[in-house]
Amino acid sequence: MAEKILMKGNEALAEAAIMAGCRHYFGYPITPQTEVAAYMAKRMPRIGGTFLQAESEIAAINMVIGAAAAGKRSMTSSSSPGISLKSEGISYMAGCDLPGLIVNVQRGGPGLGGIQPSQSDYFQATRGGGHGDYHLLVLAPNSVQEMADLVFKGFDMSEKYRIPCMLLADGTMGQMMEPVALPERSAETIDKPWALTGTEGKRKPNIINSLALAPHELEEWNLERFKRYDIIRETEQMSESYLMDDAEICVVAFGIAARVSQNAVDTARAMGIKAGMIRPITLWPFPEKALKTAADQCKAFVSVELNMGQMIEDVKLSIECCKPVSLCCRTGGMIPTPDEVVAAIVKANEGGKQA
Amino acid sequence: MPMRIKRVTLFAGHYGSGKTNIAVNYALYLRSLGKPVAIGDLDIVNPYYRAKDSQAELEKAGIRVIASAYANSNVDVPALPQEMYSLTEDRKTFAVMDIGGDDRGALALGRYMPAISEENDYDLLFVFNRSRPLTRNAQSAMTIMREIETACGLPFTGIVHNTNLGRETTPKTILDALPVVQELCGISGLPLLFTAVRSDLAPLLPQNIGEIFPMTLQKTIW
Repeated sequence: MAEKILMKGNEALAEAAIMAGCRHYFGYPITPQTEVAAYMAKRMPRIGGTFLQAESEIAAINMVIGAAAAGKRSMTSSSSPGISLKSEGISYMAGCDLPGLIVNVQRGGPGLGGIQPSQSDYFQATRGGGHGDYHLLVLAPNSVQEMADLVFKGFDMSEKYRIPCMLLADGTMGQMMEPVALPERSAETIDKPWALTGTEGKRKPNIINSLALAPHELEEWNLERFKRYDIIRETEQMSESYLMDDAEICVVAFGIAARVSQNAVDTARAMGIKAGMIRPITLWPFPEKALKTAADQCKAFVSVELNMGQMIEDVKLSIECCKPVSLCCRTGGMIPTPDEVVAAIVKANEGGKQA
Repeated sequence: MPMRIKRVTLFAGHYGSGKTNIAVNYALYLRSLGKPVAIGDLDIVNPYYRAKDSQAELEKAGIRVIASAYANSNVDVPALPQEMYSLTEDRKTFAVMDIGGDDRGALALGRYMPAISEENDYDLLFVFNRSRPLTRNAQSAMTIMREIETACGLPFTGIVHNTNLGRETTPKTILDALPVVQELCGISGLPLLFTAVRSDLAPLLPQNIGEIFPMTLQKTIW
């Protein structure tokens, strides 16, 4: 690994994208992700890449569609309200089976909301966000190191399956500074026979489109795409387990909520409670298998989130509601304190259903 | 720690070099010497992680904290309060000013520059962290130093060494950067005033690297 340096999450993800071979960034500034655009604006011209500040988020995502259709690794980034604006374009990407990386450094909502960190776009990210039957690959980093590592993973998976990938971070992940070792690896090169690269008169033209004139044709496209989704669900679930070997109370948390919860799990252990944590790294596909396995041994689950309870639905679905699941949450840009999570663990341990 | 103390001490430097932690600790240090102290949060760049985060601790120590009423709120505007002028007007109080990163952050200093310059009892200190990707060597640090001077209209008067990797900082992290710091002092012609380190690391450093300034860092809940 390279020598460690100190980076902001937003800078680390931007540099990682460049290292992963991305040379086309289209964006529009919004707090708390503006450093991604600022970093790209400085770096891209020096390496022959394209940084373009579009006139709007809608324009930016449509530029990603164009670059992706030409077979280029491309990306955009924004924060919650900007992602809503991009959602139409993201749906078109899904419909066109185009890869690409969309970064959401979430802030509080709904509406204009605020600029402080949040995880309240979980539903939007994991259910598709725009119109139509589709999913995004959704990755949730919990450190500056993972902000960088998951950018590589995201681009690779996105191109392998031809499905857009969303890196779902939050304001703290974007703004915090931590040591990071940027991965010393080159980008995976993935063949793109479907890309619009010019036929040179040697093959039939490729067509990239999300419009099907016949309903049965659209159904076939969707069914084919869902077969890929099935493969992803089966093979790509990622999570990290912390002190789960003998855990009776399972905390489920991602991103910054997982960082706080890990401290809470340590405190609960010191109090004699057998607490552990499963941290989803892929939010879609959700790590159902790890949760289901944990349900055999744990007596209760606590979902810790920076929203009013969104991931908790996936926790309940994964364990088929066979154990009580309680919620510990803050919203509007607030972060649960370790003490609040400890209190939720204690209550779950005592058998109370609501934390 | 015998250090030269000016009426106004300003900390500027590259984005993420550690200015805020140093400014907060320096204000507390001046106060511990029994001086009347005010600290100004002039960061117009960062939405989070600012001097205002330490407001309660600073005020408890008897330090006046001057920051935008909008800092740490959802009002995302680069505003500074009129009270900030008291840092230059009230010459009986020692002023510590935490400037936002890079030349963009230093622009905010322009309006206070004439008074600071006229009084001429200040240190504008360049905070240097070799672990940041855009200041890995003396030359790149010099570039940023010149950009800041152009933006704020004041020349730097000294260098503060703050190489760190956050929680993973070891004495080696700091010592490995010393040749670069010496080179930076050489080409800029500026003195190294002190090396800022997390307080638990201070006893582990050799005595011959100049003044060491031990710091308590802002706590996080993760």
